[in-house]
Amino acid sequence: MSESIAVVKRPLITPFNVIAGLILLAGAGAGLYRFAVGLAPSTNLDHLNPWGLWIGFDVMTGVALAAGGFTISSAVYLFGLKEYQPLVRPALLTGFLGYFLVVVGLLVDLGQPWRLPYPFVVQSGPTSALFEIALCVALYLTVLFVEFTPAAFEWLGWKRWRRLVHRLTIALTIFGLILSTMHQSTLGAMYLITPSRLHPLWYSSHIPVHFFVSAVIAGLSMVIFESALSHRVFADQVEVTHEKLDEMTIGLAKAACVALGIYLAIKVVSISLDNEWALLLTPYGHWYLFEIGGFVVLPMIGYAIGFRERRTTIIRVSAVIAVVGIVLNRLNVSIFAYNWQLPAHERYWPHPFEIIVTVALVTFGVVMFKWIAGRMPILHEHPEYRGEH
Amino acid sequence: MSVSRRGFLGGAGAVAGVVAGSATARAGGGAERFVGYPDAMGLLHDTTLCVGCRTCELACAKVNGKPKPAGPLHDVSIFNKLRRVTDKLYTVVNRYVKARGKKPPVYRKHQCMHCQEPCCASVCFVKAFTKTPEGPVLYDPSVCVGCRYCVNVCPYYALGYEYDNAINPTVQRCTMCYSRIKKGEQPGCAEACPMGAIVFGKRKDLIKLARQRIAKFPDRYVDEIFGEHEYGGTSWLTLAGVSFDKLGLPVNASHKPLPELTAGFLSVVPLVITIYPGLLLGFYAWTRRKERLTEEARVAAVAQARAADGEVAATKAAEQKKLAESRQKRAVDLAVKKALADAEKAAAAKEDTP
Repeated sequence: MSESIAVVKRPLITPFNVIAGLILLAGAGAGLYRFAVGLAPSTNLDHLNPWGLWIGFDVMTGVALAAGGFTISSAVYLFGLKEYQPLVRPALLTGFLGYFLVVVGLLVDLGQPWRLPYPFVVQSGPTSALFEIALCVALYLTVLFVEFTPAAFEWLGWKRWRRLVHRLTIALTIFGLILSTMHQSTLGAMYLITPSRLHPLWYSSHIPVHFFVSAVIAGLSMVIFESALSHRVFADQVEVTHEKLDEMTIGLAKAACVALGIYLAIKVVSISLDNEWALLLTPYGHWYLFEIGGFVVLPMIGYAIGFRERRTTIIRVSAVIAVVGIVLNRLNVSIFAYNWQLPAHERYWPHPFEIIVTVALVTFGVVMFKWIAGRMPILHEHPEYRGEH
Repeated sequence: MSVSRRGFLGGAGAVAGVVAGSATARAGGGAERFVGYPDAMGLLHDTTLCVGCRTCELACAKVNGKPKPAGPLHDVSIFNKLRRVTDKLYTVVNRYVKARGKKPPVYRKHQCMHCQEPCCASVCFVKAFTKTPEGPVLYDPSVCVGCRYCVNVCPYYALGYEYDNAINPTVQRCTMCYSRIKKGEQPGCAEACPMGAIVFGKRKDLIKLARQRIAKFPDRYVDEIFGEHEYGGTSWLTLAGVSFDKLGLPVNASHKPLPELTAGFLSVVPLVITIYPGLLLGFYAWTRRKERLTEEARVAAVAQARAADGEVAATKAAEQKKLAESRQKRAVDLAVKKALADAEKAAAAKEDTP
């Protein structure tokens, strides 16, 4: 371990640690209960609603929110936006932890999780969109892990390994972008086969494109939100000045604003192509307009104003709204607008244990980020590798 | 940052692996028209004959070793609530239209429809479902991971899952009594039906039979057989005297098999894998080129500035040298003068001294 990086000793008993610990304990308890007694007592899943919060949030939303990794690393390494370099490592770490938690969430949800490798080792079903997602997520989790290792190697002082992985940067970035393009859109493609079960306003033959573009929005917005947060929490770690961070935030806001504009346009195109204008006047239509108006148009305007007036607070608030919007969209597709024709008493609402496990997974991600960023060169450069990227 | 050849080839190898994987995805996408196996069996449910006795439910439970369906069979209050197919109830009879005047109530038996091109088979990432040439769609529990994608997408809500099984939960659904069919027997429900409302036979013959009935009693039937074309067709066919949307069947079901909707998208995936690497490396090369040109321009500018600086410095140095030389000369002259003066003084002093 390098002497030059001082690990700041923090007290173990802090309000954050106590609350996080309690949530993690509750989550572990709920998880154990699920494996001990099965899905019936621990969830509200049934034959009509076999996918609930664990798929709708932990998997569908988790993958979208972890899109910052491929978005930022592609921008910096492939498209030459070098000034965003300080954001790459936190974004890759968030991406890796996000995908890791997606897999954990999936394992909790699967009926027989120990069979997860079956599609690759026992029998493959390549006509399934899920097969492609499983393959991409498995590969991308590996890519993200490798992309993250330089930070760990620097921390451990393993120079040879670090050099080796460093040489792979471009190949890994290209591979990551390919895999992300594929599985982010294929998550939407999983719903192509359900025109009768997903509400027509959310169903579209373009849904894979909707999912991909909104994943870019989620990735950019998460990076804006998370970098602001890291700057506060890890004030002793960050090397980037406030002015520099503001500059990057404003640049990201511009990109996110454009992405939201594209997203809004393709959503309108879908409604128009399927001629679903009349549906906007129904209760589901109001809910749809709420999603689009409140969480696409509003953050888009917010980003535009924030960019033009150079107001980072407006940008950061817009980022939070955009992230909530992506969460809402994924939950709408997978839960709220799904099975919309079923009567109210047959609809799904998550069981408290499902919520506890999900909250615990998110908490685990935050704790892991905090632990790693507090030790490894994530938010600052390792002195021995300064300026070398 | 430079792309080492080894690093790039490593990435390319992994990409090739995905291409190979997706190639099979395309082959399995099923873009060709499939009209079903020619000798496949099927069942025709004539809802105009069904009296809601639920004998089929009982027979089904017996054949499949499932618990007896709820309530005594003659208890009609069970029809007040719409019941669903579950992991313990493969088939369920519901009353969809209440009796009105002389018109009797309309019941429909629900279960797996055994699609010609089943969604469940298409979405399964371990290929646990197979459409057999005999007609039934079969499920292999030994490979099932339990993702329940099949349960989630079935347009007929016809699959159940063993949520209360913590060890090895599986999907549960009607098998069209495959083992009985293989033995030359009828499915349990068809055999048990006292009204002859469920007819078992070759699917193509059943369609002819249904057409004959519609032709013979045009007032009794809606001129349509549900399952003939819906989502590519099903092995379970339904005749009714009321429109099918009143019987809990999908409204406006297209005639296109649902798996085609995914196949179209998955066919694009190999394009991403083949186009992206070159395209992205192109972007990367473009970025690098721009950087290189900028760097070259910068170096040139610096060199030029240096050269200009150099001239100025040389002139300055020459001037300074001249200045220094003249100063030195003056100093020397001064020193010589002084020395001469001193010498003269000394000589004068000597002369003065006697």
